Amino acid sequence: MSQLALRPGRWAGRLASPAWFQRYGVYAAVAVLLLFNAAFTDHFLTVDNLRTQLVQVAPVVIVALGMALVIGTEGVDLSVGSTMALAAALLPLYLGYGLVPALLVALLAGVVVGVVNGTLVAVVGLQPIVATLALFVGGRGLALVIADGQLKQIANPDLLSLGSGQVAGVPVVVLIAGVLALLVAGIVHRTTFGRQLVAVGGNRAAAGLAGLPVRRVLTGVYVLCGVLAALSGVLATARLTASDPSALGNLMELSAITAVVVGGTPLTGGSVRVLGTVTGALLMQLLRATLVKHDLPDSTAQMAQAAIILVAVYVARERRSR
Amino acid sequence: MAPPEAAAAAPPEDTDPAVPPAVLEAIGVGKRFPGVVALDDVSLTLRQGEIHALVGENGAGKSTLIKVLTGVHRPDSGELRLHGQPVSFARPYEAQQAGVSTIYQEVNLVPLMSVARNIFLGREPKNRLRLIDFPRMHREAAELLAGFGVTADVRRPLGSLGVGTQQMVALARAVSVQARVVVMDEPTSALEPREVETLFRVIGELHSRQIAVLYVSHRMDELYRICDRLTVLRDGRLVHTGDLADLDRMQLVSMMLGREVAEVRRHGVTGFGEGHRADREPVLTATGLSRRHQLDDVALQLHPGEVLGLGGLLGSGRSETAKALAGALPLDSGTVTVAGRRLRRLTSAAAIRAGISLLPEDRKAEGVIPGLSVRENIVLAAMPRLSRAGVVSRARQDRIVEVFMKRLRIKASSPEQKVGELSGGNQQKVLLARWLCLEPRVLLLDEPTRGIDVGAKAEVQALVDELAQEGLAVLLISSDIEELVEGADRLVVLRGGAVAGELTGDRVGEAELLEVLAAHGPGAGGGTSGDTAPDEAAEEEQG
Repeated sequence: MSQLALRPGRWAGRLASPAWFQRYGVYAAVAVLLLFNAAFTDHFLTVDNLRTQLVQVAPVVIVALGMALVIGTEGVDLSVGSTMALAAALLPLYLGYGLVPALLVALLAGVVVGVVNGTLVAVVGLQPIVATLALFVGGRGLALVIADGQLKQIANPDLLSLGSGQVAGVPVVVLIAGVLALLVAGIVHRTTFGRQLVAVGGNRAAAGLAGLPVRRVLTGVYVLCGVLAALSGVLATARLTASDPSALGNLMELSAITAVVVGGTPLTGGSVRVLGTVTGALLMQLLRATLVKHDLPDSTAQMAQAAIILVAVYVARERRSR
Repeated sequence: MAPPEAAAAAPPEDTDPAVPPAVLEAIGVGKRFPGVVALDDVSLTLRQGEIHALVGENGAGKSTLIKVLTGVHRPDSGELRLHGQPVSFARPYEAQQAGVSTIYQEVNLVPLMSVARNIFLGREPKNRLRLIDFPRMHREAAELLAGFGVTADVRRPLGSLGVGTQQMVALARAVSVQARVVVMDEPTSALEPREVETLFRVIGELHSRQIAVLYVSHRMDELYRICDRLTVLRDGRLVHTGDLADLDRMQLVSMMLGREVAEVRRHGVTGFGEGHRADREPVLTATGLSRRHQLDDVALQLHPGEVLGLGGLLGSGRSETAKALAGALPLDSGTVTVAGRRLRRLTSAAAIRAGISLLPEDRKAEGVIPGLSVRENIVLAAMPRLSRAGVVSRARQDRIVEVFMKRLRIKASSPEQKVGELSGGNQQKVLLARWLCLEPRVLLLDEPTRGIDVGAKAEVQALVDELAQEGLAVLLISSDIEELVEGADRLVVLRGGAVAGELTGDRVGEAELLEVLAAHGPGAGGGTSGDTAPDEAAEEEQG
């Protein structure tokens, strides 16, 4: 099969092949969507609208980056939404000391969640979906206990400016997401840790026999994912101008997984597609916005998203069965 | 021996009252998978009430033949006959309905369900309301197991029982479906000696009930104890079929390995050269390597500049020994010392740091990372050494990769081609490169030339030679007896997880190896365990 694909003069076949589609489909879809909107939707390709879309997608992108790393190791992290809530619940308690200490505490919560998840997966040997289910349920409960079940208004100007501020016309949230995407791409492609992560995801037995620190890599991956989720929780709270641990990050794990899968990262591990993940999140956001602009209800958008997920999963399946 | 003869010989035998009628026959069965011929014109006749051994080394086609007989695979050519009538099983269920039951190497029942549910799975006794009649099921299950001398609470989950008892449950299930034929695939590989005795008693019981047993095992003592006839496969072909009593162990071993006892050559067609001059001081010393069921007090030494061959039949503990040395197999006890320093924690990482590299047996599952490039697969283990502050250096990687791709003549379109797209031989060379770029002191090669083409095979063999000449200590495991004997300067032979003998100097030869392999020994019987006397194993070592 692989030799077939290597033979020259097969471009036409390759364009339509599932392999090509899994690799580039998401970019093509975003391009098609933008073209469609340019032609048929009023006031879509305006700076204001695009800015709004980017601001809205930023928290998803940040969580999805961590999720992409976890999925690259053949895992999954269901606890990201709860981690966001945990970060949101902790923030107001420490804002009295200033933004930086509060931020550090919130991120520390992400580290703790990651260490727990990573230990359960790498040392205890639980399946990731079960291991992270514990904190998916327990994390939000803990967040509600910490916040006393209450929504708290945020008055700290530093934190608020994180949510609504702009640098040279670009919202701070978007900038942060962008920088993080570059950072994660750097980690995946340029660092020992990143390459070991991909190797562990590609063939864990072989990685272990090659002397790779499999447990350390796995734990590190879940810690990174937890920290990114916590940061996303902080930014989302800043945008909301309120700490709402009961609602913040609900269903975030599914949005993040969707972005990763649609972006072409296989659930079987061994590959992490950072740009694809960012684009995947963007695709889902734009799709929804497009349908809303055309006065279609949210339920339609959900069905359209479901269709895209099915296509993405189907394409991935095709590829694996070769 | 040509298989058609065996098939043709069957009918006249039916008239002989002394020979029981055939129950299940495979006649001229062929089965090919992409790239391999798994079975080529193989015939097998199972007679009523006989215990028939099926033997052969790795890749001989035993598993495929079993799968054909039990409906997992359909033969590409040839036919199956049940009680003389041609049959074709579309699914394992159909074979089971027809009276052919199988007990696989790993018990494949439902661990979380009760023993009774497992025995009656899919055919539970029902009460008037069409619900499962639990009291009746439990009663019948208990009776059935008692018949096999097993007393276990049939309400308990199967998974809470020992492996041996689980196997009995599987056997009880197989027999209770009115089996006429029971196929057992290495049933004793995970059993304690006591459990083996129970199993043999049960097999005796099957024998007296006129049920035919196809018994797959490579433990010769077991075969000679319980089997009446045997069939030997090699490379997908029928080599021999007949009464076991007519064969001695030596003949059987030479048949399995494809070597005539008389025809022993030195320096034939392999890529190995003459012997090497090894240092006196060992670079690696292992003592008392033990692991339940797998290794029993294995000790060996490796000297710089020598190739030590590890001989033994399938399941003798060769791969386990190599893995133990490389820190990849948790041990109950044992020490490994490299260059005078004892490894305190035996982990893969520690072993690699000490200079031990293992080329694993299963290239696909334990070796290559198919989605990564040739370059990344080569530098995988060496990555931390090729990085600065955790950031990988492409330039350093490229230099190493270029050197090794050239030296090992790895054929790839570029270093960035995915390893999964390469041929088996080139994948193997990539793995060799992965270890060689660590500059190891000890190289453990587990079946380095299996499944690679002839050209690559000779290249790998020549490379092993060259590495030993450069002063590396090499441990070579190979089922290809010619490769083993010609490649090795010294041979340590394992049997049943224990060292059965050592051959040095002029005694490194095929005949000598076969002799040790065929010798009686405690290790080859009920497997290895702490119960069997270690002194006996020690005695064997002198052989």
